[in-house]
Amino acid sequence: MLKLDGVSKTYRVGTFGGKQLQAVSEVSFEVSDGEVVSLIGESGSGKSTIGKMILRLVTITGGRILFDGRDISTLRGNAMKTYYREVQGVFQDPFSSYNPIFKADRVFEIVRDHFYPGVNDREWDEKVRSSLEAVGLNPRHVMDKYPHQLSGGQLQRFLIARALLLDIRFLVADEIISMLDASTRIDVLNLLAGLKGRGLAVLFITHDLSLGYYISEEAAILYRGCVVERGQTEKIYDRPIHPYTQMLMASVPRLDQKWEDVEIELRAKQEEPSTGCVYFERCPKARRDERCRDQRPPLVEVEPRHFVACASAGKEG
Amino acid sequence: MSLRVEDLTVYYQTLRGDVRALECATFSLADGEIMGLAGESGCGKTTLANSLILLVPPMRHVAGRVLLDGRELPICDVEAMNRYRFKEISVIPQYAMNAMNPTRKIGRMAMELLRSRRIDAKRALPELERRLDLVELSHNVLKMYPIELSGGMKQRMVMVLSTLMDPSLLLADEITSALDVSTQKAVVKMLVGFRDREIVRSVIVITHDMSILYQIADSILIMYAGQLAEKGPTETIIHSPRHPYTKLLITSLPKVGVKHDETRLKGIPGKPPLLLDPPEGCRFRERCPVAFEACREVPPFLEIEPGHFVACWKETEPNA
Repeated sequence: MLKLDGVSKTYRVGTFGGKQLQAVSEVSFEVSDGEVVSLIGESGSGKSTIGKMILRLVTITGGRILFDGRDISTLRGNAMKTYYREVQGVFQDPFSSYNPIFKADRVFEIVRDHFYPGVNDREWDEKVRSSLEAVGLNPRHVMDKYPHQLSGGQLQRFLIARALLLDIRFLVADEIISMLDASTRIDVLNLLAGLKGRGLAVLFITHDLSLGYYISEEAAILYRGCVVERGQTEKIYDRPIHPYTQMLMASVPRLDQKWEDVEIELRAKQEEPSTGCVYFERCPKARRDERCRDQRPPLVEVEPRHFVACASAGKEG
Repeated sequence: MSLRVEDLTVYYQTLRGDVRALECATFSLADGEIMGLAGESGCGKTTLANSLILLVPPMRHVAGRVLLDGRELPICDVEAMNRYRFKEISVIPQYAMNAMNPTRKIGRMAMELLRSRRIDAKRALPELERRLDLVELSHNVLKMYPIELSGGMKQRMVMVLSTLMDPSLLLADEITSALDVSTQKAVVKMLVGFRDREIVRSVIVITHDMSILYQIADSILIMYAGQLAEKGPTETIIHSPRHPYTKLLITSLPKVGVKHDETRLKGIPGKPPLLLDPPEGCRFRERCPVAFEACREVPPFLEIEPGHFVACWKETEPNA
C-alpha cells in the first residue's frame, strides 16, 4: 500500500544554510495492509524524518513515496485532502499535541469542520462515540474536559480516536508510548495491535526494541539515515547480522538476561564518510576491510525476508 | 548502614490543601548498595530524593528523620544542610543535560564550584582529570562550553562534577532516560564503576525503567502513590515479587521474545489516585485484584523474609 522508493532528505544547516546534513539516504521499504512495521533507531537516525515525509510535513529531497501507486509529492488540493483522510500521524508528546486553553475534544470538531461539514449533530456524536469506544475510552469520562484533566494515556488514545474518525488506512505512530507510564503503555500498544485486525497499517517508530518485537511483523534498523538491516522481526532479533544491530541488541537492557560484557566504544561520532559504509567509524569489523571505507554496501537478502547492508554479511555463515 | 530513613512524610503545600506525596517512608541502604527506586510518574520517587537533599517549599516536612552514617541530617534546615550537600550527599539531577551553566567553560565552572566549597581548585585539578579518564572524557572538555558536548558526554561530565567530593550517598534521578541505548549502557556501567572504586559509598538510582535496574541494582524499592510498596533484592523483585502492584507492573513489561499474537500482555486498569485527597488505607486498593476488607487500613511495610519488605495485608497476614 505504502512504498518508499530510495527516499532521501538533506537538511541545510549552519548559519547561512551552507552546510548539508544527510538525514535520510535512499531508504526503501514497503508496508502492506494490516501490517505493522517498526522503524528502530537511535536519536538522530532519521526515523522521525521518515515519518514526517510520509505525512508530507517535510519535503523529500530525493526518491519517491508511493501510496497505492501514486506519488504523494504530486498531490494537490482535493487529492491531498483525500490522502489525509487515509493517512494520519500520532506523535510522541500527547500534552503538546493539544492547545491547553481549549477543551481536548476540540480536535474532533476540527476534523468535522474540515472533512465532514455536511454531517448532522446526531450522526456526528454517534461517530465520535464509536471511535472513542474503539480505543477503549468511555465517552462520558473524557468528553468536555481540558487536556490537563486527562492522563497521558487518555490523551494519546484520544488522538488515535481522532485518526479513526477518518477512513484511515495508514497510521504513522512516532514514539507514541515513550512518554507513557509502564502500566498504561501496554494498553495503547494492544490498541494499535487490535487496529491491525481492521486492516490498518502502522509505521511504528521507536527506539525501544522490545516494543518493536511485541507489535510488529517487520522491522527496519536505521543508522544515520540508512537502513542497515531489515526484514521479519524474529529473524532480525534472533540472528542480527549487521554489527550495528548486534551492538544494539547487546546494549538493550532486558529483564530476562543480564548484559553480556560487550565493549561499547564511546568515541564521538566523526564526520560522515562521504562514500563508504555509514557505520564504518564505529564498526569493529570494518578496520580490516578497505572496501567498507570506499563503498556503501547495498541491502542484500541473506535469507528469505531478511536484508542486510554489510560487506561482511554472510561471510561467517 | 549508610542511610536510614525513618517514617519520612513530606507533603506539598497548595492552595487546595496538602498533596500527600510521600507517606511514612521507612527503609535503609547498606554500604555499597545500589538501590533502584521505581514507580509510575507521580508516585513520589523524586519527592523522596529531593527531601533527602533539598527540602524547600512548597515541600513541607511533616514527620520522620533521615540518618546518614549514624548522624541525623538536618533535612528541614536548608542552611545547615549546606555542610552535607555535595560532600556527604550529592545528586545527579533529572535533566542533567541542562544542569551546567551554558555561559561558562566547563573547567571554569568546576573551579567555581570547588572554590564555593572552600577547596583549593589547583590542588583538586589532578583528581578532576583522573575522574575524567574514568568516564573516558578527554581533558579538553574542561576548555569547552556545555553546548559542544553530546548528551552522553554531558551526562558523564555532570556525573564527575557531582561525585568530585566523594559523597557517601549519590542520588541519580532519571540519568538515562534521554540517552540512546548504547550510551545508556555505558553511563550506568560507569555509575557502577564509581561504586566499585568507592568514590561513592551507596547510590539510589531513580528510574521508571525496570530493565535498567535489573542490570545494575542490588535492590529495588517500588513506590505507589506516595507509599512504599515493596523492597527487596533485585532478583526477588523481578522474578518473585509479592506485592500485587509489583506483580502487575512486571508482567506488563514487553520483553524481547514476546509477541502480541502469541502472548497478549495486560496493563493495570484504572489510574493512580489523586494525592490531594487520597483514599484511606492502601492506595492501590481500587486497582488491586486481590483487595479485601483489611485493605481499608494502611498496610505496614513489613519484612517477610530477610531483606524483603512488603506493604500488603495479603502477604503479611495470610490468614486474614
